Amino acid sequence: MIDLVGYGAFFLTTALIFSLVTLGLNLQWGLTGLFNVGLAGFVAIGAYTSALLTTPDDPARLGGFGLPILIGWAGAMVVGGIAAALTGMATLRLRSDYLAITTFGVAVVVQLVALNAQKLTGGPFGIGFIPRPFGSLAETPLLFNLSNLAVVSAVALIAYLALEHLSRSPWGRVLKALREDERAAISLGKSARFYRVQAFGVGGAIMALAGALQAHFTGFIAPDNYLPILTFQVWVMLIVGGSGSNLGAVVGSILVWAIWAGSGTLTSVLFAPEQQARAASLQIVAIGVMLCVILLIRPNGLFGDIPRRPRLGKRAKAAAAKSSSGS
Amino acid sequence: MSLQFIVDGLLTGSMIGLGAIGVTLTYSILRFSNFAHGDFMAWGTYATLAVVSAIGAIVGKVAPIAPLSFGWPLLVALVVGMAFTALLALLLDKVLFSRLRSQGQAIIVVMASFGASMALRSLLEFTFTSRPTYFSRAIQIAMPVGFGIRVTPDQIALLLLTAILVLGVHLLMTRTQTGRSMQALSQNAALARIVGIDVARVVRVTWIIGGALACVAGVMIGILVQIRPFMGFDMLLPMFAAAILGGIGSIPGAVLGGLIIGFAEAGAVQLIGAEWRAAVSFIILMAVLFVRPIGLFGVRER
Repeated sequence: MIDLVGYGAFFLTTALIFSLVTLGLNLQWGLTGLFNVGLAGFVAIGAYTSALLTTPDDPARLGGFGLPILIGWAGAMVVGGIAAALTGMATLRLRSDYLAITTFGVAVVVQLVALNAQKLTGGPFGIGFIPRPFGSLAETPLLFNLSNLAVVSAVALIAYLALEHLSRSPWGRVLKALREDERAAISLGKSARFYRVQAFGVGGAIMALAGALQAHFTGFIAPDNYLPILTFQVWVMLIVGGSGSNLGAVVGSILVWAIWAGSGTLTSVLFAPEQQARAASLQIVAIGVMLCVILLIRPNGLFGDIPRRPRLGKRAKAAAAKSSSGS
Repeated sequence: MSLQFIVDGLLTGSMIGLGAIGVTLTYSILRFSNFAHGDFMAWGTYATLAVVSAIGAIVGKVAPIAPLSFGWPLLVALVVGMAFTALLALLLDKVLFSRLRSQGQAIIVVMASFGASMALRSLLEFTFTSRPTYFSRAIQIAMPVGFGIRVTPDQIALLLLTAILVLGVHLLMTRTQTGRSMQALSQNAALARIVGIDVARVVRVTWIIGGALACVAGVMIGILVQIRPFMGFDMLLPMFAAAILGGIGSIPGAVLGGLIIGFAEAGAVQLIGAEWRAAVSFIILMAVLFVRPIGLFGVRER
């Protein structure tokens, strides 16, 4: 029974950290329509920044500054936010695809730095001894897991409420206006690029914070934690939950993480140990197919935003289709 | 710095360039960046490998053609592989992309291609495991050609093949009615429809060319480097960078962009170290986006 509660707390903690990343992505994609396929890179930036700031001194690499955990988290948000804002500034004046390709490149480069810049990131072996918020409780796993859950839920709740507030604020309305009808919003005097860079930066900062939380929750990070599969999982979470809705982002994260963890347990029961790696790739196939099916059948997910107004061109096309079928 | 980087750059550049042709065509005609393109490469390579082993099982061991490391089975298999990859691209378009395209939101198609890429790659990993394989384990002796440069017969043959293919696609695009329809559609889709261009056919041709060339690029990597499920995914960033550097929609641009990135990568391997190779395309991409986002031969979008 206690085991089960402990596992439940552990599961929820991970799911809520994921939901924090998804909330960041929802600000970028759901609210503003900015496509980020390199979010694993921003999560990694947060995790490594916080780890560098808070770990005890390590002669093998830069720093280990031994600062308090909260400063690590703040640092992660600042660095992640700046990285995202710079990415946005480079690409947001261009077509949306360029942003997608650039964020993809950011994730590749971050992965490369994490692997090769040993002096900064510890290379393939990663960084260990990251202080945990309630490290002194580690002897009683249940208490430790529950206190972690409390911290992560508090952060997720704050982020959720802040984002809800933001999306209803004038700032959020401008973002929605830009997403729905850019020309109209610009004609009202809103600088599209400026607002988008802000949204992309804030989203990046939230992702980085999630990365930092995860780092302090597990106490150890390595480049393998931030592969493209992470980006992919978070996208599925947002699409299942329904992009545009913060509630959807949180529910989608918990739901998809439950499916992911459940199918992981299932494969470990069903397949022999030497077949596990292959079975794990089957799990990814299933989730990939799921993403495509949802996009085809129910693009608004569970709690999706009200359907977008059809664009002018599309409306004209629909009208043309109607008239041609009618004749 | 040894001049060997010229040959290395040419080879890497050919692989990137062949892939970038497909990326640039999908981007300019179907108007989305296809993240599954790298996985077409990997699927084509594994299909070719499967056909080679099937031929080997039926006919027995075939002696390689004089100086090359491979014999006629690989050539036959390559043609089958190209057809297979083209079919795969058409199939994916039919079940996924064309339906989403008709809903009108380009970026949703990009996301779907990202999901499809993940699924395709993992399916390969499931079927063939992530262990690298090879077309041939024979080691070729590189011939010195002067100035400290060494080339293997395979490398010369593949460079020739690339040149022929690029020339062929270029002629197809500029000298045939199909090619002109493709250009028309990329320049002004609405007008192209009005003058009665068969859009569905142009879309099919685009996927066939892109898929077939991706397969060739993959087989090149398979012959010269190794075959892994991730081989195509790792080429994605260089291919995008080459397509953007050359200017979206331009086939000579994609090839030239591929060569520039190939040379830059080969130079970086010598000067900085092989582990930073993947960063080269990102730096070039960022530079292009800041300085001249329409690329070398691009036209401003209307």
